[in-house]
Amino acid sequence: MIDLKNVSLSFGDHPVLHNISLSLSERRIAVIGANGSGKSSFARLLNGLALPTSGTVSVDGFDTKKQGKDVRGRVGFVFQNPDNQIVFPVVEEDLAFGMKNLGLDKATIATRTTEILERYDMQHLREHPAHLLSGGQKQLLAISGVLVMAPAYVVLDEPTTLLDLRNKRRIARVLNALDQTIIHVTHDLDQIADYDRVIVIDEGRVACDATPAKAIPFYQELMA
Amino acid sequence: MLDLYTPGTSMLHRMSPGPKMAALAIAATALFLQESLLVTALAVVAILALYRVANIPMKTALAQIRPLMWIFVIFFAVQWYFSGLTLAAYVVLRLAALILLASLVTLTTRASDMIDSMTRALRLFKPIGVNPDKVSLAISLALRFIPVLGRIATEVREAQKTRGLERSIIAVAMPLAIRAIKMADDVSDAIESRGYRS
Ligand SMILES: Nc1ncnc2c1ncn2[C@@H]1O[C@H](COP(=O)(O)OP(=O)(O)O)[C@@H](O)[C@H]1O
Ligand SMILES: [Mg+2]
Repeated sequence: MIDLKNVSLSFGDHPVLHNISLSLSERRIAVIGANGSGKSSFARLLNGLALPTSGTVSVDGFDTKKQGKDVRGRVGFVFQNPDNQIVFPVVEEDLAFGMKNLGLDKATIATRTTEILERYDMQHLREHPAHLLSGGQKQLLAISGVLVMAPAYVVLDEPTTLLDLRNKRRIARVLNALDQTIIHVTHDLDQIADYDRVIVIDEGRVACDATPAKAIPFYQELMA
Repeated sequence: MLDLYTPGTSMLHRMSPGPKMAALAIAATALFLQESLLVTALAVVAILALYRVANIPMKTALAQIRPLMWIFVIFFAVQWYFSGLTLAAYVVLRLAALILLASLVTLTTRASDMIDSMTRALRLFKPIGVNPDKVSLAISLALRFIPVLGRIATEVREAQKTRGLERSIIAVAMPLAIRAIKMADDVSDAIESRGYRS
């Protein structure tokens, strides 16, 4: 479970998130809100990329402020632009990066690499240069690079915003098939209709926290 | 020179990168220490034979030299003018041999393997404060992001073209620098969130 207690976040004297308290344990959680409302800041708090100005964020009891390493092993993060998340020139090397950081041995790294490439039908891309992949393939690689680290939670910050419709749908299917708890920041409302929970953020506050059936109309009303 | 690696199973592909790079260094030094045109020409032939062994087509071999064609021509002309035909041929052939040889190593060695052996070699310098893992990550990042930056540069140039500014260095360099800095920020977040202990 990810727990936020009285969390506020400011950049300098510019407050971005105001006194947020909630627990995240459902399997499919969406975070929606207008541009600049604080969704990315909220997402970054969950794996310790951002630390609260006041209050605490904890993941399975580990405080993001004090136990960053334990937190990052548990919470994977997928960014909007896969180009900035893929850090090695070749597909297989990039997949290995996170696993090496976890200290896994070569044999385990090789096995997990094969497994994930097979799962997403990318075996033929194993030795492919990352910059020659298509946009959809890049995002799939970025997600795979997180999944091979076997996190319990995956936070995704608008992972489909830069993709065309076909790839949006492909990534949505991939996300729906995951066993992990996912916290998915998105503007694609049709992807989250069957999620367990939708959190609407507005000007740094949780404006609505409910089922999709309630939260999505609320958000549409808010934006009208 | 970036995604040069061409997968294969030849002897050269299987040779471990440390000795391969050491052999490259020795051969390159030897090439520079000798001064015979004949030996240099034979070296070029021998290197091309190694391309065969590695199953790399001649086309690929030539592609390594082509971008430098003009430099070759200029070198050749200058040397010919000042020192005669033989020396000109020697200088240009030697340069070609060197590039072909270095390319052969990058063509048959994965970047990651090369980086790994470099990291191992760098361990020797740990006592004087070198962090081998950081150096190797930096090299990987450079290899990974040069093509990305190239693409961004093209995008920026095209955007400025529609405003007739594609020839203005500042109009291209400024947005490129801003996007590069933003990208560096994101990349460093990504590295951190993927568990890299800095
Ligand atoms: N590193 C930062 N420094 C200063 N201000 C920031 C920083 N990151 C985000 N902000 C500000 O915080 C607010 C929320 O941003 P963000 O969390 O990115 O929103 P969203 O993802 O919903 O678009 C914005 O006003 C933005 O300008
Ligand atoms: Mg955002």
